[in-house]
Amino acid sequence: MADDMLDGLSEKEIYDVLVIGGGAAGLAGAIKAQELGMKVIVIENGERIGGIPLQCIHPGFGNFYYGENLTGPEFAERLIGRLNEMNIGICTETHVMSMDTVSDDASGMLKEVKVVTSGSSCGGGIKKLYARTIIYAAGARERNLYEVGITGDRVGGVYTAGEAQTLMDVHGIMPGRKVVIIGSGDIGLIRARRFALEGAAVAAVVEMLPYPGGLQRNVVQCLDDFGIPLLTSHMVREIRGRRRVERVVLSEVDDKFMPTGNGREIECDTVALAVGLVPNVRKLEETGIAVDPSTNGPVVNEYMETSVPGVFAAGNALAINDYVDYAAEQGERAAIGARAYIKNEMPSEWKKLGKGRNIRIAFPHYISGENDVRIYARVSKPMENARIHFPEIGKERKAARLMPGEMIIMNLSREELEGAGEITMEAE
Amino acid sequence: MKSVVIVGGGIVGCSIARNLSRYEIETHLVESRLDVGWGVTKANTSIIHPGHEEDASLHPLRAKFCVEGNRIWRRWAGEMDIPSSWNGELMVALDDGDVGKLEHYLRLGEKNGVEGLEIVDGEEMRKLEPNITPDATAALWAPAAGLIAPWEACIALAENAADNGVKIHLNTEVTGVDIKGGAVAGVETVGGVIKADVVINAAGLFADSISEMAGVPLSIKPRKGQYYLFREGGGPNVERIVHMTPTETTKGVYAVKTVEGNLMLGPTAEDMDEDEKDERSTTGEGLDYVWENAGKFLASLPPKSTVLKIFAGLRPEPAGGKYVIRAYDNPPGFVNVAGIRSPGLTAAPAIAGYVVNLLEEKLDLRMAEKERWNPIRRGIKRFSRISDAERQHLISSNPGYGNVVCMCKEVTEGEVVEAINRMRKLGAEVTMDSIKFRTLAMFGECQGSFCRPRIAGIIAREAGMPLWQVSVNGEGTEYGTGDVKVLQRGESNDGR
Repeated sequence: MADDMLDGLSEKEIYDVLVIGGGAAGLAGAIKAQELGMKVIVIENGERIGGIPLQCIHPGFGNFYYGENLTGPEFAERLIGRLNEMNIGICTETHVMSMDTVSDDASGMLKEVKVVTSGSSCGGGIKKLYARTIIYAAGARERNLYEVGITGDRVGGVYTAGEAQTLMDVHGIMPGRKVVIIGSGDIGLIRARRFALEGAAVAAVVEMLPYPGGLQRNVVQCLDDFGIPLLTSHMVREIRGRRRVERVVLSEVDDKFMPTGNGREIECDTVALAVGLVPNVRKLEETGIAVDPSTNGPVVNEYMETSVPGVFAAGNALAINDYVDYAAEQGERAAIGARAYIKNEMPSEWKKLGKGRNIRIAFPHYISGENDVRIYARVSKPMENARIHFPEIGKERKAARLMPGEMIIMNLSREELEGAGEITMEAE
Repeated sequence: MKSVVIVGGGIVGCSIARNLSRYEIETHLVESRLDVGWGVTKANTSIIHPGHEEDASLHPLRAKFCVEGNRIWRRWAGEMDIPSSWNGELMVALDDGDVGKLEHYLRLGEKNGVEGLEIVDGEEMRKLEPNITPDATAALWAPAAGLIAPWEACIALAENAADNGVKIHLNTEVTGVDIKGGAVAGVETVGGVIKADVVINAAGLFADSISEMAGVPLSIKPRKGQYYLFREGGGPNVERIVHMTPTETTKGVYAVKTVEGNLMLGPTAEDMDEDEKDERSTTGEGLDYVWENAGKFLASLPPKSTVLKIFAGLRPEPAGGKYVIRAYDNPPGFVNVAGIRSPGLTAAPAIAGYVVNLLEEKLDLRMAEKERWNPIRRGIKRFSRISDAERQHLISSNPGYGNVVCMCKEVTEGEVVEAINRMRKLGAEVTMDSIKFRTLAMFGECQGSFCRPRIAGIIAREAGMPLWQVSVNGEGTEYGTGDVKVLQRGESNDGR
């Protein structure tokens, strides 16, 4: 394999699809692309492919994509197994430095991707790879302490939840003994349980919103079952300590998230921050793509194609998804898009998907009306007995409860979209 | 051979060490922390001031050292590969009263010999720096102002000094000044006695404690400065150093684009008590002050969501704001270089030159130049800043340069290992902060959440220690508390 790749990369070989990121979205996209008869290569920065699911040792993966409840590593192994069966080219420890569009006499417009590799699987050095399309699936990063305005001392014992997960579940290291988790999204909830399972005292999970950010089932299974207190409408304002964290200072907040009262302190030696993810799109931004300020990810059409033709995005690099299954789906969709692009079968007309009342995010941002399309959306506030509605095409669905933390999936068929112009999604 | 001990490995102590390394003198640099530059130097506005804000009639040394230091830094940056930029500074006038102040500083600057000063009108000012509030009417343009990376400067000086024979003792707290027969005989440290004919106290915030050990009373008060640092490419920035007219106590809030390209706003000037020399916490009030003041002279500020980091540092404030640079008759051999407040970073190289003269003239130290002395020091090759040909060359001899471990700042394993090797040469314990300040790994927008485990892994491998014992910046900041089952077994690895 290594020698093949070295030879392969040393000539100007042209791939149909170059996948950036070997996580769920990238691998599912690579598999689909090769199944569709395209020539594929996967670029991964880390030592191994599989992505974040590899370190998520809890179940809840694959219910939609495989129809089975798997752990993260099991989910990743399925994708990796299929990838290996298909003999898809993989470059690990390979970092993308830049992406450009260049014109080639024989092949027309090509993507030129400059990478650096350390030689584990693709030969060492700086290389330029050429492909007709790119599926960008570089995942997300966690928001840090400073982005959420927490002040105080610079001390040891502060981790992002993902970093704590890497330490515990990849490297087998216990970060600390008495933990405060900031943020009650699924990542924070699951981390709270994981700490408790290893014998740490989880003093509190602190949430600024008046309701938990994660799935209800996780509130029950991760906090209630372990007696871990959830402090909603609370905000950690300061982290204090001399060398290591000694305590956090928190306040109750009003409905405008302004602190009320004097605040109080919780003793702890560890803080795990689970204050949200941000799509990792810096390299894409350098190519000048349009970014949606509500998702922080690229603006895409129904093929997950960004505003740069031939560059597709999927998974958490596109928008933060609740389930890995959605990321994988988006990867497949991007692969289908790559084929349409290469075959010059892209629709020529796009209609905007508008965000109506109470919709905070909704994508894909543009739809053609020529295909069935799946809409991913989130409401801006919790709603009871709600109705999701597309007034222009008369489509609607009732929902007993809508939470911002739970992605809404709506399938619109080609028939339903027929003749429609711009459509709007709203919740009421 | 005569010997000198410098107490304090900040920018002042390291500058003196580097200057002394040129002479046939046994020189020791003693620092209580695990690395150089971790005190006052680390959290600094990083400006190399031109010298027009110093009133020579009140503070003659400050004014002289500032102007000289500015010139020396330009040479040192080249000799020692210290990242720097020289884009000039605008002192902005927001009303008529301020315009009078600009004229005042223009005159001060001219008296101090600062070159190129000029009062520019609104139009000229906006040509130089578009991101200035429309309310501003004029500015004092000081083209000689520049920026350096303070901690990198400190590391460069220490490495160059060590290359030229200076002995560096890190993690070595001084517990006493040895006086024999009425004269300085050396210092007592946690690692034993170091004999010396001269002890130079450059201990920054703690110079008062060291001075008292020699029986010389001195007062140093901490003054806190808080800063915002923003992501590069995250929104509005500045091309020049921009600030308002200074007040009597502070030069005020600055907006600068650091040598790394990040917008930095700050500092506050908060007077602290003498016993608060470890109080480096950030506060909502302090940051609001910075934000509000920056908003007074900038046209647009970046969104707060693009903050990369907030931090605070302490500066040493001497009585009356006067530098204390003196060789004492009692005890002979004791030298204070203390209270080096703003513009201390700028002044450090000039102070170092002055101290060498002081040793020669007042202490009769013979300054014989070494036959072989190398002024050149090269920094760690930054993968992100070199050409593809250079990258290829590095990777072919060391594949680690092909492994990008910090994705935000594109730092490779090769650079991390090189940093570790250099720390070992200085005798430094390898910590994640030391790596961060040498390579910029963990300095990007993920703030290390991806790369810290990787970098800790490299340190653990190179140092042959378990990953959990790798620390952020020394004892008490270990990455973990043991293996993941340590609590289940009821064990305690750390005495807690």
